Amino acid sequence: MASYSISVNGKTQTVEVDPSTPLLWVLRDHLQLVGTKYGCGIAQCGACTIHVGDIAVRSCQFPVSSVGNQKITTIEGLSEHGDHPVQEAWKEEDVAQCGYCQSGQIMQAAALLKSNPNPSDEDIESVMNGNICRCGTYTRIKKAIKTAAKNS
Amino acid sequence: MKKSDNNMDRRSFVQVSSLATGGMMLSFSWLAGCKFTAEEALQMPKEWFELNSYVKIGENGVTTLFAPNPEFGQNVKTSFPMLIAEELDIDWKQVIVEQGNFNPIKFNRQFTGGSQGIRNAWTPLRTAGATARMMLVNAAAQSWNVDAGEITTADGIIFHEASGKKAGYGEMASLASTFEVPKEVKLKESKDFKIIGQSKSNVDNDSITSGKPLFAMDHYVEGMLTSMIVHPPAFGMQLKSFDKSSVIQMPGIVDVFEINVFKEDYERNFFDTTSFTKKVAIVGNSTWEVMQAKKALQVQWEEMPASSYKMAGWGGRTMDISIPSGLESTKDHRAKMEELSKNPVQQMRRDGNPEKAFKEAATILERTYNAPYLSHNTMEPINCFADVKSDSAVIYGPAQAPELIMGTLENSLGISRDKIQINLARMGGGFGKRAYSHYMVEAGLISQKVQAPVKLVYSREDDITSGIYRPTYTATYRAALDKDNNLIGLHIIGGGVPENPIHANRFPAGAIDNYLAEGFQIPSNISIGAFRAPRSNFNAAAEQSFLDELAELLGKDPIDFRLELLKRAQENPVGERNDYDAKRYAGVIELVKEKSKWGDPSIKTARGVSAYFCHNSYVAEVVDIDTSNGTNRIANVTAAADCGIVVNPDAAKNMGEGGIIDGIGNALFGELTFDNGKPSKNNFNSYRMIRQQEAPKNIDVHFVENNIDPTGLGEPFFPPAFAAVANAMYKATGKRSYDHPIIKE
Repeated sequence: MASYSISVNGKTQTVEVDPSTPLLWVLRDHLQLVGTKYGCGIAQCGACTIHVGDIAVRSCQFPVSSVGNQKITTIEGLSEHGDHPVQEAWKEEDVAQCGYCQSGQIMQAAALLKSNPNPSDEDIESVMNGNICRCGTYTRIKKAIKTAAKNS
Repeated sequence: MKKSDNNMDRRSFVQVSSLATGGMMLSFSWLAGCKFTAEEALQMPKEWFELNSYVKIGENGVTTLFAPNPEFGQNVKTSFPMLIAEELDIDWKQVIVEQGNFNPIKFNRQFTGGSQGIRNAWTPLRTAGATARMMLVNAAAQSWNVDAGEITTADGIIFHEASGKKAGYGEMASLASTFEVPKEVKLKESKDFKIIGQSKSNVDNDSITSGKPLFAMDHYVEGMLTSMIVHPPAFGMQLKSFDKSSVIQMPGIVDVFEINVFKEDYERNFFDTTSFTKKVAIVGNSTWEVMQAKKALQVQWEEMPASSYKMAGWGGRTMDISIPSGLESTKDHRAKMEELSKNPVQQMRRDGNPEKAFKEAATILERTYNAPYLSHNTMEPINCFADVKSDSAVIYGPAQAPELIMGTLENSLGISRDKIQINLARMGGGFGKRAYSHYMVEAGLISQKVQAPVKLVYSREDDITSGIYRPTYTATYRAALDKDNNLIGLHIIGGGVPENPIHANRFPAGAIDNYLAEGFQIPSNISIGAFRAPRSNFNAAAEQSFLDELAELLGKDPIDFRLELLKRAQENPVGERNDYDAKRYAGVIELVKEKSKWGDPSIKTARGVSAYFCHNSYVAEVVDIDTSNGTNRIANVTAAADCGIVVNPDAAKNMGEGGIIDGIGNALFGELTFDNGKPSKNNFNSYRMIRQQEAPKNIDVHFVENNIDPTGLGEPFFPPAFAAVANAMYKATGKRSYDHPIIKE
């Protein structure tokens, strides 16, 4: 066990956990930020995607001991009122079916648009390829990212 | 004045007879009901008035509609309330939707499956809205001293034209709630629909996109412990012993013990399938700590003997289920299926004289199709919350069929059903898997043992390797052609481990004079269960691939060939048990032909077509593969569906798109094999799922417009996609796939 003070969604929080604990479980079990989802635990599905700084990271493979001073953003902190252009676009295109993967998809898409505000179809497909949607909302995800790019 | 939490004895009109069994209290979470999103920033009423189980109206007109059925992405949480709202004649903007918890007295058929949700809710839920409306109208009539027949309503406002009087529903709700529920109401004509047929956004959109807790996996309460299970590494194995001391000292570990899902001699319910009845439960303070103990736990396994148990059949008839011993492998399954295909034991349908037709045939086309086991792989792994006290229990989890697990919970926990509350969480996908709610019992048993609220979590690996798969199947199709290339006979032999997939009365039965369908099944200890359009998902793949090859052999266009067969089935059907409507079937093929511009010489893609009828709905699909860059990317899918009236068009399209992508994904990549009982894959690094770069670039979903009562959509788009992509792949590559998955690793 060790003590870690980490900055999550603009707030510094202290947790007592084993250094190997993935950030995913720190967020979910210790900070009750449950928007970040467990899907596979091996960085293959993208359901646990968060931002470390501006970079999309799979939190299930990111130990809490690696966080340091980096700023963590989860889906809960992406915008204050749930109105980030990507979130708005997701609602506009009515993307979700079951919804379980969508916070990871949204976080991945938001990071994409930050680094590439006008992505091509190929850019979107390539960057979003790590995020599985079992319900098969891929065409809507792509459309929503283009809508968000237009509205940003 | 009666308020919403008063006794229920006159409100639940759906199951009036069962009301005598006791007064019901509202069991809904008011906290959940008060969670307003920015979009629905409605003024909360000071008081609610309940008009029936599905409708309560605040004094200010804000209306709560209960969505009674389990939601796992098929959008019933939005579409069911739309049915109520339509007949209630309310402004959708004034509606709050709340998930109803399991309550068979208040709600009708809280089961999600078989694409039957909307079909079964169609009349009861509209009736719920219409009776509530009538009570409001009667309240206005009494208050204004006018004839109820002179009163009209629109968007939650009550009007009396002659006197110029007008009132909002909220103003009449208090009085209305004191009235008896009318026994008879008139429902709207479809031409008068204002909400049904208009796209409404998913009511959980704000919560989903902002990461609010919606799933059982997201449920945390004070003092809750986390639990995981350890199950045998292979089918055919069972728990022998485990060494608690190997992990009990590890950080955060609270207890390690064995659980037995069923009590001995318990006659199981229909969905009580579980591969391993005896498991080890590890309980601890946090998920990561329990995961570490799970890896470290020393467990001994042994081969299990053959066993049998009793299970209630779908209609209640008891079935004897036998589970063989042994460690099974895919290569043995394949060899056995091949052998039994030569000597099938069950005759399922016979028309004319198929033997004679094949004897006299000038040409016979014979093809065998094989398909592997599939794992559901819902994005939210199996999990469940349970808080079991000495004489009561609260279970909160993903459950497709709460009514079917209730009896088992009662038996395994030793707590009577009136003390067990099952709350329904939004589910992170289902696809059939969550009909089998053994995990609810497991969570309950674990909570009971440790005397604390517990969340049971399956790791992804547990989820994939714990069974209840789409079975592995085979089918051999044989077509007899006379010297003029007329199709004179069809012979289908289907089988699987452990079930026979064949739907013998489906198309093309009814279109061919001499027809024979036979089947067989091979017992197994690898557990199987419903998987999105059970059996149909394989039958469609095999049959629609075969018809494509047959059309090619006959030199016919694959769409024209199907329409020709359907014309025959419509005008002069063979046999009397054909379970499809040939006209509606042809209708979707004609629509997809038009919308895909089939036959347009300017289209240079490799195209494949497929059509299927299942779960009371008809779907045809055309897949276009772009071969220009040598990448064989799916450029486009055009689909046409006939599911009767479409309640929520954009959501219905979404369901269609998802079913198509799921079908293409499973056809291209879906596969689980076994070696000595051990599943070959256990996570997404080995189990290939369709991803963004393989998904179609574009999908166009079209619906036949008619006034037929609505039927299902969750499943029907899925089966035809398998052959549509297979037939297009053939055009792209010149090779036909007889063994799925089409793309081998």
